[in-house]
Amino acid sequence: MKLTVNGIEQEIFSPPLTPLLHVLRDELDVTSPKAGCQQGGCGTCTVLIDGEPRRSCLTAVAAVDGSEITTLEGLGEPEQLSPVQAAFHERYAAQCGFCTPGMVVAATALIERKGGPVERDEVLEALGGHYCRCTGYVKIVDAVMAASRGQTGAREDEPETGEEAPVMIPGSPA
Amino acid sequence: MPAEALVPTSAEEAARLYGDGEGVVVFAGGTILLPEISAGRLKPERALMLHKSGLDGISTDGGTIRIGAMTPVSALVGGPSELISRFAENVGDGEVRRSATVGGNLCATAGVGAQRGDLGAPLIALGARVRSTGKGGERTEPVEDFLAGDRSGRLVLEVELDAPSGKWGAETLRRRHAHSYAIANVAVASNGGGLRIGVSGVGPTAVRARAAEQSRNPDDVLRDVEPVDDAVASAEYRRKMLPVLLRRALDQLETA
Repeated sequence: MKLTVNGIEQEIFSPPLTPLLHVLRDELDVTSPKAGCQQGGCGTCTVLIDGEPRRSCLTAVAAVDGSEITTLEGLGEPEQLSPVQAAFHERYAAQCGFCTPGMVVAATALIERKGGPVERDEVLEALGGHYCRCTGYVKIVDAVMAASRGQTGAREDEPETGEEAPVMIPGSPA
Repeated sequence: MPAEALVPTSAEEAARLYGDGEGVVVFAGGTILLPEISAGRLKPERALMLHKSGLDGISTDGGTIRIGAMTPVSALVGGPSELISRFAENVGDGEVRRSATVGGNLCATAGVGAQRGDLGAPLIALGARVRSTGKGGERTEPVEDFLAGDRSGRLVLEVELDAPSGKWGAETLRRRHAHSYAIANVAVASNGGGLRIGVSGVGPTAVRARAAEQSRNPDDVLRDVEPVDDAVASAEYRRKMLPVLLRRALDQLETA
């Protein structure tokens, strides 16, 4: 079996009914798709299969033999984040970060499909199967909407003086 | 010992490899089976993987719509039947629907604490038929008969229905949550004066509510349907709500 993962063709040796998730993580060391619930319920294993977001834990590797797989690693580089990655970073849309790979991949597909600004209800529909157990949904939805509008880079509401923002609560980053 | 994967490249080959179904686990979209296999609860020796079988796709042939067993549920959302689309869009979330198949939805057994097979309700209401193969060869039968029979020895090939021309009504009771199975689904459709009522989500398979079709009395839905208790809802709640849902669905039919 063969897969093209983030642009690189890979020969696959796992048994045919191995979940794509475990092929990515264990055979190919592509670890952004997380093994969360492993029954399709949490969304953090979501990857793009031939451009469409699907659950890698529910996908037998043999069923996608020959496909192109894109994971979070394939969307941007640490020095060159994709718009969704940048928006998540700038707008504090990741707390513990466990759900973030699936959120970013699904949001990227949504924005690509729409081809323009996405509205709140569209984000809720597209990310409806993704759990954030930190419950940081507000900032996630805001980040996706901002990314779809190209609102990434320096934020207007951040101080531009180069000084640290004042600490409102001692001992906390807020 | 990993399963032997059989990967037919045509419908004929799929039917031949399936044979009478003995010792073969049919692997369609995998949304139900793969977690079972990964967790070691299901250990298939031979898995018939249908992704290259050509059993997918929706076609319209004269006045007949044919939906291949491997058609993803996502393809029914916005598809040729508004009534089917209305229920398809409640299955899982978009990412699950891209993997989940029509055949899988028809063959699904009840899950742990929840009922499956939502699509049975609209398919019964629209008078859809299932073409399947297995022991005794190929046969085509109404969806409600297929569901009432022993599905374990059948390989679904396709679902066919007459292009819907009449009015319909639909009610679903569910939590507003991408992964919550429905508490109850009611679909009603009229084609040329006849009324058909399908109910799903309240028991192990979808059921046709024939008594209520005859009487048009919503309370009669309980003469054909026996709601079960599960983690999603109690049987008592389902019994209370089914006539309400049916009344609303019939009202939609009147005002459509």
